[in-house]
Amino acid sequence: MIAIVKYNAGNIGSVTNALNRLGIENKVTDDPAELKAADKVIFPGVGEAGTAMNYLRERGLDQVIRELKQPVLGICLGMQLMCSHSEEGDTACLGIFDTTVKKFPATAGMKVPHMGWNSLNTEVVDQQSSILQGLKPDADVYYVHSYYAEVCKNTVTACDYILPFSSVLQKDNFYATQFHPEKSAGIGEQILKNFIEIPA
Amino acid sequence: MSLKKRIIPCLDIKDGRTVKGINFVGLRDAGDPVELAKQYAAQGADELCFLDITATIEKRDTLVPLVREIAAVLNIPFTVGGGINDVALAKEIIKAGADKIAINSAAVKRPELISELAAELGSQCVVVAVDTKEIEINDQEIPHQVRNKVFVAGGRVETELETISWCQEIERLGAGEILLTSMDHDGTKNGFALELTNTISRKLSIPIIASGGGGTSAHFEELFKDTEASAGLAASIFHFGELPVPELKKQLNAAGVAVRN
Repeated sequence: MIAIVKYNAGNIGSVTNALNRLGIENKVTDDPAELKAADKVIFPGVGEAGTAMNYLRERGLDQVIRELKQPVLGICLGMQLMCSHSEEGDTACLGIFDTTVKKFPATAGMKVPHMGWNSLNTEVVDQQSSILQGLKPDADVYYVHSYYAEVCKNTVTACDYILPFSSVLQKDNFYATQFHPEKSAGIGEQILKNFIEIPA
Repeated sequence: MSLKKRIIPCLDIKDGRTVKGINFVGLRDAGDPVELAKQYAAQGADELCFLDITATIEKRDTLVPLVREIAAVLNIPFTVGGGINDVALAKEIIKAGADKIAINSAAVKRPELISELAAELGSQCVVVAVDTKEIEINDQEIPHQVRNKVFVAGGRVETELETISWCQEIERLGAGEILLTSMDHDGTKNGFALELTNTISRKLSIPIIASGGGGTSAHFEELFKDTEASAGLAASIFHFGELPVPELKKQLNAAGVAVRN
């Protein structure tokens, strides 16, 4: 069973829909026992970092997520919350990935949010990741974000928009994507399937 | 690396079915929205736009369940618009699974609604649709002046608003995107309103989706080469198979326009 972390962020339903389309059993929950017992955990989200972290801390979910031992996939805001700090609301985050989240600098001719289809990987950092199996670096995925995670030692792939940023992060059992696999057509479905198939 | 140019089929919805007007009159039935949505996603459409033109006051009962049904089958982002005039309904539609909501007349009537929606949902969820038409103004000193004016109520009612300054105001109020429909070009299949789209897309830093007049791949090519538009939207050419999305993307690729494959 795949547990989807329930918290005060938008678009959790999109992840449920995507897993349902793939025929994968899933449950949205904020019960620590259920999260710990799940085969895999998805930590999705669209929203604001400060209010999301407050919500997680008030319920003790910050500690629960940090201590999960099974494969965990963070998506978009979920990924950013797994980093050490976010400029959005000057927020201390979960500290799973050794990197910080910053706002895209205003740049002439470059629209922010970075919204739409862009490559998974425009700067090849490292293509070795179980969730990217079978994918080409120029595969397009769907991004919607105004903040980005800086490239760091956990960066598996970096996309370049205004500057290079982490499009996929991985550390131990923690995986994360800045883009939305649940909205990224067939490529996104492949990534979700790859995550589901990681041996427990 | 810049974003890929987006191709967006638009589905006008009336009483749960897809329709498309020619110059906003004479509707033709083009099928079931959920089936069409799946087909477009499979064909490689980058995003879909659903505009509910049903003339009902109470949208919650019909539109929200339809959005839920579409969200369950669709693996690409989609926008929902048509008669959305308050934050509560917009939130319900987003919660039902839409990625963005589009507002039009309600924003003209009460521009603060744009800011309220952006604060509640995030700018990236807020699209403001602008229907624009060239109006000849016969000033005594300068005869035959052409101005771009904003129309509301499905293009039936002219407003006082001048199109370019209204678009700037929309950006200032916090919208994430503008869907710019040229009523002069809509339904003609003679090409997009390049000059106006270019002017607005260069003045603004939020993405512009151009709509109205796209009939051939050459029209999309000139849209993406001659303007800063982020996306091109069309309806009937896609619905009736005149220009299938895969064919359009193949042509754009060959012409050197970066699209998602």
